[in-house]
Amino acid sequence: MTSNNSALHPGSYLDQQGKYKGILGWLTSTDHKRIGILYLMCILVFFLVGVTLGGVMKLELLRPGEQYIDAQTYNGFFTVHGIIMIFMVVIPGLAAVFGNFFLPIMIGAKDVAFPRLNLFSWYIYIVGAAIAVLSQFGGKGAPDTGWTFYAPYSIDSNTNVTTAVLAAFVLGFSSILTGLNFIVTIHRMRAKGMTWFKMPLFPWSLYATAWIQVLATPIVGITLLMVIAERTFRIGFFDPSLGGDPILYQHLFWIYSHPAVYIMILPAMGVITEIIPTFCQRKVFGYQAIVLSSLAIAGVGYLVWGHHMFTSGMSDFSRMAFSFLTFIVAIPSAIKVFNWIATMYKGSIKINTTFLYSISFIFQFMIGGLTGLTLGALATNVHVHDTYYVVAHFHYIVFGGMGFAFFAAIHYWFPKMFGRMYNEKLGKIGWAIVFSGFTLLYFPMFILGLQGMPRRYFDYLPEYSGGHFISSIGAFVLITGIIIMVYNLFRSAKKGELAPANPWDGRTLEWTIPSPPPLENFDNEVVVTEHPYDYK
Amino acid sequence: MEHTANHEHRDDKGSKMGMWIFIFTELLLFGGLFLVYAVSRAKFFEDFHIAAHQLNVFVGAVNTIVLLVSSMTIAMSITAIQKNQKRVALMLLGITLTLAFVFMVNKYFEWGGKIHHQLYPGSDIVLTLKHGQVLFFGLYFFMTGLHAFHIIVGMALIGYVFFQIKNDKIKPDNFQLLENAGLYWHLVDLIWIFLFPLLYLIT
Repeated sequence: MTSNNSALHPGSYLDQQGKYKGILGWLTSTDHKRIGILYLMCILVFFLVGVTLGGVMKLELLRPGEQYIDAQTYNGFFTVHGIIMIFMVVIPGLAAVFGNFFLPIMIGAKDVAFPRLNLFSWYIYIVGAAIAVLSQFGGKGAPDTGWTFYAPYSIDSNTNVTTAVLAAFVLGFSSILTGLNFIVTIHRMRAKGMTWFKMPLFPWSLYATAWIQVLATPIVGITLLMVIAERTFRIGFFDPSLGGDPILYQHLFWIYSHPAVYIMILPAMGVITEIIPTFCQRKVFGYQAIVLSSLAIAGVGYLVWGHHMFTSGMSDFSRMAFSFLTFIVAIPSAIKVFNWIATMYKGSIKINTTFLYSISFIFQFMIGGLTGLTLGALATNVHVHDTYYVVAHFHYIVFGGMGFAFFAAIHYWFPKMFGRMYNEKLGKIGWAIVFSGFTLLYFPMFILGLQGMPRRYFDYLPEYSGGHFISSIGAFVLITGIIIMVYNLFRSAKKGELAPANPWDGRTLEWTIPSPPPLENFDNEVVVTEHPYDYK
Repeated sequence: MEHTANHEHRDDKGSKMGMWIFIFTELLLFGGLFLVYAVSRAKFFEDFHIAAHQLNVFVGAVNTIVLLVSSMTIAMSITAIQKNQKRVALMLLGITLTLAFVFMVNKYFEWGGKIHHQLYPGSDIVLTLKHGQVLFFGLYFFMTGLHAFHIIVGMALIGYVFFQIKNDKIKPDNFQLLENAGLYWHLVDLIWIFLFPLLYLIT
């Protein structure tokens, strides 16, 4: 992907550096840009594996009855699909790829605070991913608990649950170290003159995210260790037959795993906040409101985990408190949507692939967010709990939100990262197919869920066949769109037109340096005097 | 923890900040266990009371004193290096390492005794006990085990720092790595200060 680029302009980060050539030069480099690309490549591979598993599940669900895979295989598939997509794709996703690549550049630094620790985090990620892949083979078969590893089934299941849990633990470690690195980087390495409130909004969202990564991940770490200890030594923290409490497991799991949703979505919001002012050529509306809403989402998001457990057995008072706090999170999220729309108002909007992905992000995020309120309300939750409604809701947030923001980000920063432009026409065609496929795939799930289709079943009653059929067709449309998008990006990285330093007329610091950026990012020390979004 | 960055970049404050954030994560890691302890104790108050009598307060108290003194000696070694007293600093770190070793030896005999009496999770005897007692011994081994693992990591870190001082890599004007090792060691000490009363003293 990079071989042709070295001729672009000498001294870019893509040229050989250090004492090793080729692939070893990449694997030993502590350059934040190279580490970002390493994450991008790994995440792309795991994403495609996760998509394939999802595709097979949709193929199975095309018609009622057993088609291609049996129930146990299906259980393994949705578990592995979840583990890969959550722990290996969307949680590291934007922060590890674009955070690594652009955070130092956007704040005018030469690298992150701890470059070697940064490379070490990537290696931990790879080890964790390898263990996760390993858990799918050998032993007594792929784990079948779902990605949530709910006790006591995760303690009784004979499948490779221990390995899968260990993988999630190791991946969490990588996430913690990346968060730690970003916090110190943002505190200590901002360019001269870049006060906190002159910092661009993507770094701000990464800052809020990093605190969640650091403060929430250890809880799931210890919980997963306890599951491993239970399976290995029969300790019984969560096993009712030994006096343990399975509901306690759910609490501990969601104390992390709900904030993890904000680890995914906050950087996505940050990306969209960078893109919209650029393509509207307008100063972002309500800079401080966006900053504060990011911090508010991170803060309140820590306190809403109980809404995953409304039907598990909690006191009425806790249920009301968690429901109320869940509704509170909607406020800062809505503030962001208003800010994006207000930024577009009276702007000279340039509609290209990046912008199309961004506005479909807003559209889908709103559907995902509002259906989240249905789920957060106690009465409706009982009706739709563990149905396809939940599946549709979180795919609208995780894929329609974070996934589309990732696609927007890769198109937005592609010229900067690889020094070449992507094909706009093919990009737009890809977007149209991805967007229609997404809607066809996930929207019918809301209706199926309201009708009572439970999640995690490999078979269904005939009355659900219409919705499932449309949904499966949507899956194949979506996969076609993703293939077109990936093809376009790979081809453009080799053969695209050369990119200028600032193809979109952006105002943040990454657009002031050549594409692709030189090894040390900036030739001279950066001094910031203006606000990041001062469009004329 | 990484100490200095590449690119001839050195930032002692940043490095210390990174260590503090790492300490937050460690506290939350043990926090999860304390939560499980609190819930189980509230649920099985009597069983915890009976099971806790099996632990030897004397051994626990000795280990507490050992760790507290070792925390003092590593703090003193930081002062010594600031005053350019390399030999004193090395000696104090040596004492810290020895005390850590004493802690582990104590732990070995303590655990050994329990295992000898079949008081470990999953043993035939433990499985006949009441639920709360099973949980108590589970928590006892898990919490002190995880703590002992941190002692071992701390010993490796202090050993590394020892040689860095010996080779003049850590100097009076560049001792952040030593200070970070000290912070980590205080954390290990602090967690024990909570574990000791929770497991040994409250009966």
